Amino acid sequence: MGDIAAKGAHELFQGIVQGSRPHLSRAISHVENGARGAAELLSHAYKARKGALITGITGSPGVGKSTLVDGIVRELRKAGHTVGVLAVDPSSPFTGGAILGDRVRMGQGHALDEGVFFRSLATRGHLGGLSRHTGDVIALLDAFGFDHIVVETVGAGQSEVDIMRYAHTVVVVLAPGLGDDMQAIKAGILEIGDIFCVNKADLPGAERTRRDIEMMLDMKEPAGWRPPVTQAIAVNGQGLPELVSEIFRHQSYLVASDTLKEKNRWSYKAVLEEYLRLLTVGKVLELASRDGGLDAALDDLMQGKAGPMEVALKLLQKYWA
Amino acid sequence: MSGKIRVLVGKPGLDGHDRGAKVIARAYRDAGMEVIYTGLHRTPEELARMAVEEDVDVVALSILSGAHGTLIPRFIDCFKKEKATQDLDVLILAGGIIPEEDIPALKEAGVDEVFGPGTSTETIVEFTRSHLKRPVA
Ligand SMILES: Nc1nc2c(ncn2[C@@H]2O[C@H](COP(=O)(O)OP(=O)(O)O)[C@@H](O)[C@H]2O)c(=O)[nH]1
Ligand SMILES: [Mg+2]
Repeated sequence: MGDIAAKGAHELFQGIVQGSRPHLSRAISHVENGARGAAELLSHAYKARKGALITGITGSPGVGKSTLVDGIVRELRKAGHTVGVLAVDPSSPFTGGAILGDRVRMGQGHALDEGVFFRSLATRGHLGGLSRHTGDVIALLDAFGFDHIVVETVGAGQSEVDIMRYAHTVVVVLAPGLGDDMQAIKAGILEIGDIFCVNKADLPGAERTRRDIEMMLDMKEPAGWRPPVTQAIAVNGQGLPELVSEIFRHQSYLVASDTLKEKNRWSYKAVLEEYLRLLTVGKVLELASRDGGLDAALDDLMQGKAGPMEVALKLLQKYWA
Repeated sequence: MSGKIRVLVGKPGLDGHDRGAKVIARAYRDAGMEVIYTGLHRTPEELARMAVEEDVDVVALSILSGAHGTLIPRFIDCFKKEKATQDLDVLILAGGIIPEEDIPALKEAGVDEVFGPGTSTETIVEFTRSHLKRPVA
């Protein structure tokens, strides 16, 4: 099924528009697998986007992102919104396999709710805490018609910037007593959060963590939006209504300040960059490893016959036309 | 191009032991597959919905409670309804403590293979790989 002919792409898209879950989930697989025909399917989907509001949830492993996502979904449903969830977990760099465990935290409440769709994605070697196809999968969910799309990232520390490019609102989750709060703040997490949520507020130190973040935010140059710092106990739902109302408030702010469009443009740029990389770097690497050109280039480099720029240009000239 | 075999490892019903399920989940991951782990106490209806949304190639259900005779056929029923087809292209495996004499009825209901408690993970992984019901891109 790695090959969806033009007819298959059209059929899948029709299924999506008609609200068929099996069609949506099959379409996601085709996009993830880079199946032939996926490009056509996506061109339908991008044209049919309805403008879902996209929220990213990021933060170190174990802070309670999945549990919070479950609570956010519950609150959004209470408010009458439909929700698509994408939960990303890392692939093993050694085997390419993955255990995608975010569903474990999904409560029974909406496991069968027609207004909720949940999909687990593996990073498949992509860095930056997301799957390479996140933008495309978001487009599929948007074409399906969810009001909100919530994306949980890997949360593996440094490079969590990717989510900023795809989400309208980024929620950075922290927990007290992890000892890495200050570390995280130093690593630039302060720059990416539109909202901060100190989860596990039942544990000692939550108030202290909250104050630390407030203080760091106070030192930043004031901009249009001052990120609020909320507290939550995701396991019992405390603080979830407040968190979701901050998400709504941020989204209203984006609309009112006319920055929503700007954000959308930026995320299209991220998608476009992915495709350009695929068509250039991806293509050159694939072709050059097939006929030994890559090995020869590496030999040249190792033996000092040429510098990296020269070698790279040669590869480009030979394989990219 | 870079398709992955996706497996739902599910724990239907009330028993609270997921050691076996976790062992097989890790074995599948180590074999390069993407494993969606459901957690404990899932109803057949929930598992069917998950298997659809995750578009898995394989569903592996682990049951120790003795309720396989009702839970597994109910799962398969729901799964067909959710997928809107009688003709599942998904490999369905069962494991745990399932008496020999119950196996024919499970297979009749649509289970492709039943693995006893002594089966090695290599055997299960190998069987899975060679019995997929649809090509993986
Ligand atoms: N004490 C406490 N534990 C929590 C809270 N929220 C989540 N947890 C626990 O933290 C662990 C990790 O949660 P999970 O949602 O999987 O975190 P993730 O890795 O960030 O997605 C689980 O054992 C949760 O039950 C909370 O508010 N308080
Ligand atoms: Mg998680």
